[in-house]
Amino acid sequence: MTQAPPVTESDTSLAMAEPGSSLWHDAWLRLRKNKLAVFGGVTLILVTLFCVAGPWLSPYTYEQQDFAQYAQPPSAKHWFGTDKLGRDQLTRIMYGGRISLGVGICATLVSLTIGVMYGALAGFLGGKTDAAMMRIVDILYALPFTVFVILLMVAFGRNIVLLFVAIGAVEWLTMSRIVRGQVQSLRKQEFIEAALALGLSRRRIILRHMIPNVLGPVAVYTTLTIPAVMLLEAFLSFLGLGVQPPMSSWGTMIKDGAELMEEFPWLLMIPAAFFSLTLFSLNFLGDGLRDALDVRTSKD
Amino acid sequence: MFRFIAARLLQTIPVLFVVATLAFFMVRLMPGGPFDAERSVPPEVERELAAYYGLDKPLARQYLDYLGQLIRGDLGPSFKYANRSVNEMIASTFPVSLQLGGLALGLALLFGITAGVLAALRPNSAMDYVASGISMTGICLPTFVLGPLLILVFALNLRWFNASGWFDASDRVLPALTLGIVYAAYVARLTRGGMLEILSQDFIRTARAKGASEARIIFRHALRGGLLPVISFLGPAAAGIITGSFVIETIFQIPGLGRHFVTSAFNRDFTMVTGIVVFYAVLIVFFNLLVDIVQVWLNPKLKF
Repeated sequence: MTQAPPVTESDTSLAMAEPGSSLWHDAWLRLRKNKLAVFGGVTLILVTLFCVAGPWLSPYTYEQQDFAQYAQPPSAKHWFGTDKLGRDQLTRIMYGGRISLGVGICATLVSLTIGVMYGALAGFLGGKTDAAMMRIVDILYALPFTVFVILLMVAFGRNIVLLFVAIGAVEWLTMSRIVRGQVQSLRKQEFIEAALALGLSRRRIILRHMIPNVLGPVAVYTTLTIPAVMLLEAFLSFLGLGVQPPMSSWGTMIKDGAELMEEFPWLLMIPAAFFSLTLFSLNFLGDGLRDALDVRTSKD
Repeated sequence: MFRFIAARLLQTIPVLFVVATLAFFMVRLMPGGPFDAERSVPPEVERELAAYYGLDKPLARQYLDYLGQLIRGDLGPSFKYANRSVNEMIASTFPVSLQLGGLALGLALLFGITAGVLAALRPNSAMDYVASGISMTGICLPTFVLGPLLILVFALNLRWFNASGWFDASDRVLPALTLGIVYAAYVARLTRGGMLEILSQDFIRTARAKGASEARIIFRHALRGGLLPVISFLGPAAAGIITGSFVIETIFQIPGLGRHFVTSAFNRDFTMVTGIVVFYAVLIVFFNLLVDIVQVWLNPKLKF
């Protein structure tokens, strides 16, 4: 009997890519049929483009104050009006969107990294380690987390990096549960047994064989985590604990608008509309992805 | 059942311990102390203040003292409000928040369950789409957007209600509605899903075959099982209503515990913040326990 050739990187990735691509292709076909999800996806792309590229086309800058143009309603010159310092609201919406979307994505990445690593490890190790690790998650679930995020923000200054680390650090629990469940069911399958029999290291099995197979549920839950995180950021900003001036997110703009809504309602309506539209789109897209990939995620 | 409750009660102890510890150390590690705002206090007064509140002792000692107090149910004196204890402050502001939260949850259950049942009875009908549409709107319109919008329309333009305050019954309407509507939306979605699943089961068909009226089928047979997802959602909902109260009480200027918590955090009122966090944790943990018990009681499949 000849010795089996050593398993190389390319071998394994080829083996992985075949069934993977057809699953994703099927999902894409199903997703395209879901009108709401397509609407969500397209809106999301447009909003992102608007926020990222918009400021390059705008004649106004983010901080440029024009007291002669104090709190103007929408007009040909200022499409979305101006705020109480005479700043162009259209431009500020674009910059605010960059911050809101940016915090949403960064904080989600933080939670994704922690959640996937933790869940994969627990599911893979199994036994008592798994039980202990999941017990910790149960305990953390019972904590009033938003309260701790508020404490963190008050305690350690309100800088933006801390903001998404804090949010990310509390949003990973559900992700870790989902990943653990997936990994546990994968562990019993033959190809993992084969990998173990081949003597691959645990690290390698987790990184190359387990994680690619849990990508579906992870992708779905990630899409649903982004709006949750954006909501939390806006919530903190609304209380005055999130993004600090001169930076502003949609959350701080809603807060500022709410203070002046009686005289200048557009200062509240427009940021609120953008924020809600983005949340809508992300939720529809996430729901659509879930149906398309046919994964069951339970929120708790 | 008794063993189940006892076991769950025991499990709450480590949770509360972790909360108290985290809250204590996070608050103590904050830069800036509670007496920073007072102008030029003489050093001896400052020393006396520190001694009165036990701040001159080593941190570990303070921590142990605090745990000892907690076991006796004493949350300590407030740093900012002289001569008032944290217990007193909670006792005077929490009833307001409880009323607000209770009303919000009640509204959520009433509207949510009604809309969910109606939608489930006629799936894919106009009623179903309207209910789903409203619940999606509720999910995407956060309280801090909805609150100001409701004030704008119903208080400032139509003048039906006051824009802020907490004096007579009409002042309860807008805050409770703002806080409850998101949860009404979730409850409606969960009820619809749960009811659809139950209504397709054999025992419902049997009941129909026996000639039971539609009302009897819904109220007597289907709701018990169909509401299970709603019951398990009540735990997270209660936690959400507590955090929601921070925003609502700020927007509507309601003198409740939520607004008080936010102010205390800004003021670095150490004992107050730690005390309120522990209080919220106890509240949430016991509410979850209650939810679990109800769930076991309603669902014959879960036996302990």
